[in-house]
Amino acid sequence: MRREGSAFQGVGAVFVKELSDNISSVRMLMLELLIVLTAMAALYEAITALRQNTAEDPFLLLRLFTVSQAPLPSFVAILGFLIPLMAIGLGFDLINSEHNRRTLSRILAQPIYRDALLLGKYLAGLATITISLTALWLLVIGLGLIFLGVPPGGEEIARSLAFLVIAVFYAGVWLSLAMLLSIVFRSPATAALVALGIWLFLTVLWPMLAPAIAQAIVPPDPRFAALGLDTPGTAIWTQLLQRFSPNDLFGEAMLAVLSPTTRTLGPVFLDQIRGAVMGAPLPFGQSVMIAWPQTVGLIACTIVLFVAGYVLFQRQEVRA
Amino acid sequence: MSELQHTSAATRRDAVIAARDLTKRYGRTSVVDAINFDIAKGEVFGLLGPNGAGKTTTILMLLGLTEISAGRVSVLGFDPARQPLQVKRRVGYLPDAVGFYDHLTAVENLAYAAKLMGLGVAERSRRIAAALTRVRLLDVADKRVATFSRGMRQRLGLAEIIVKRAEIAILDEPTSGLDPQATIEFLDLIRELKAEGVTVLLSSHMLDQVQRVCDRVALFRAGKISIMGSVAELSVKVLGAGFVVEVEADGAGIARRLAAIPGVGNVETLAEDRFRMTADRDVRADAARAVVAANGALRRLSVDEPSLEAIYAHYFQATPPGGVRDAA
Repeated sequence: MRREGSAFQGVGAVFVKELSDNISSVRMLMLELLIVLTAMAALYEAITALRQNTAEDPFLLLRLFTVSQAPLPSFVAILGFLIPLMAIGLGFDLINSEHNRRTLSRILAQPIYRDALLLGKYLAGLATITISLTALWLLVIGLGLIFLGVPPGGEEIARSLAFLVIAVFYAGVWLSLAMLLSIVFRSPATAALVALGIWLFLTVLWPMLAPAIAQAIVPPDPRFAALGLDTPGTAIWTQLLQRFSPNDLFGEAMLAVLSPTTRTLGPVFLDQIRGAVMGAPLPFGQSVMIAWPQTVGLIACTIVLFVAGYVLFQRQEVRA
Repeated sequence: MSELQHTSAATRRDAVIAARDLTKRYGRTSVVDAINFDIAKGEVFGLLGPNGAGKTTTILMLLGLTEISAGRVSVLGFDPARQPLQVKRRVGYLPDAVGFYDHLTAVENLAYAAKLMGLGVAERSRRIAAALTRVRLLDVADKRVATFSRGMRQRLGLAEIIVKRAEIAILDEPTSGLDPQATIEFLDLIRELKAEGVTVLLSSHMLDQVQRVCDRVALFRAGKISIMGSVAELSVKVLGAGFVVEVEADGAGIARRLAAIPGVGNVETLAEDRFRMTADRDVRADAARAVVAANGALRRLSVDEPSLEAIYAHYFQATPPGGVRDAA
């Protein structure tokens, strides 16, 4: 039997309230400061590097995102590391704080479904991150204009917009995860710690563990090692395993979109790139094609985690 | 038993809440076990019982906030499990230890709830101002709720129900943790709601307060309604009599004459000149006549209204959990 009325009734009210809470919160201010300051440092380094070496690069603006100057990683790498922190910071107490403040039963006694509360909160979190990332994106383009003095071309804008969209989905994965944990754990501190644990595991430990596991599955062949090459089987397994981490998916998608010369993300045989003009940029559409599987992976991960949280929340008891 | 059925048959006609064999199970334990009750329009109905007896679970089932394991319930003619929005549009709920968003002001908290109710901007501000006036929170309307006392929060919760213009107000432990002054104020507000024709369902373990406002009560025990009715009815059922009259008078044969009054159950002689009688009605006038007729000197005549506390204590002490079903 269908339930009466719309599941979306009240989403707007929840969204507006949560968005204004998010934006005016001290927590958000701190996260934004952290991200903006780190990103600015990375950008500054990138700009200095680019100004010393203004070779003929048709995609100067995109270089701002990807150039890394020791000791700082590139702007994109920093975002890949910090976006999860921001999403976790916004999401780890979405639901359990309502429980703990004892507001949940009062709000759910209003004529709305639980869907509206969950969706409104999630969308508000995502909107907050989108606003921050868009501001950051505009900042990069603005600084690029001021310090490099090169107006961005249409394709550069398109590629950097693709970066923005993929980054939002990447944030969506972590926001879904944080929200799921906020439903599972009644204590916000536990939810935050578990979320941060998963984040550290996937960003720091997993890239080290994946090759080790791959070598256990396919031991390196000494004949390849003698030639100074990776064993193909091991390399393929390593990449496969690494792709379980959203960070890796984000990194690969960024590589394809922001470095137009990227032709492939995995190991290839020489005969597969016969006839390719090495170093020549791909058209935008082709780059998006390369990044597409990774993007779909991120979107799918977001949806799966959100649905898991949704199902749990629908079945959860309201009373504290 | 027959009286119980009689009461529910009389109210079924205009019942706004009707529960039939309402059951909630967690795993294999029944938290609420096949309860039946009707609540008439405009009455104040009290759910009484120790903590964990199933009162809050019953309330959550009425609101569609928790699933019903078995049985049926109808709230204003709607099924809360299937038409929760219709029910929640018409029923106001004040949860046990209600919470608000501490960083928002009283008005902002109410405005959020009112938005969820689907009220327009103008209507919202009009109703909120009116509701805050009624619960006497208008002067702190723009203060953050973080600074509010427990009593103020409870009143703010009631304001939310007033903003909703609810036909039924469900109040879960509304006065627990309030100081006596705040309790009295809150009970007055409940009476005001009743005067407006709002049906009130309240749960509590504070018996004397329930007695002061409730028309009828249901005693919960281990997930079952063990006994239900007005306080006077309950006292007849549990204590065997509704009224306890104490007489202090001198004179010969007064005890005998008092016992002869129709409706008097028994007469206890407390002292030479003090008698306590239990009766099923207020027999003070007859007692006075009896004393005067015996040429006695009447010094004091007092009536103890049946106290819910006495009923409750007597009932739960007298009846072990196994025997509850029979008693009901």
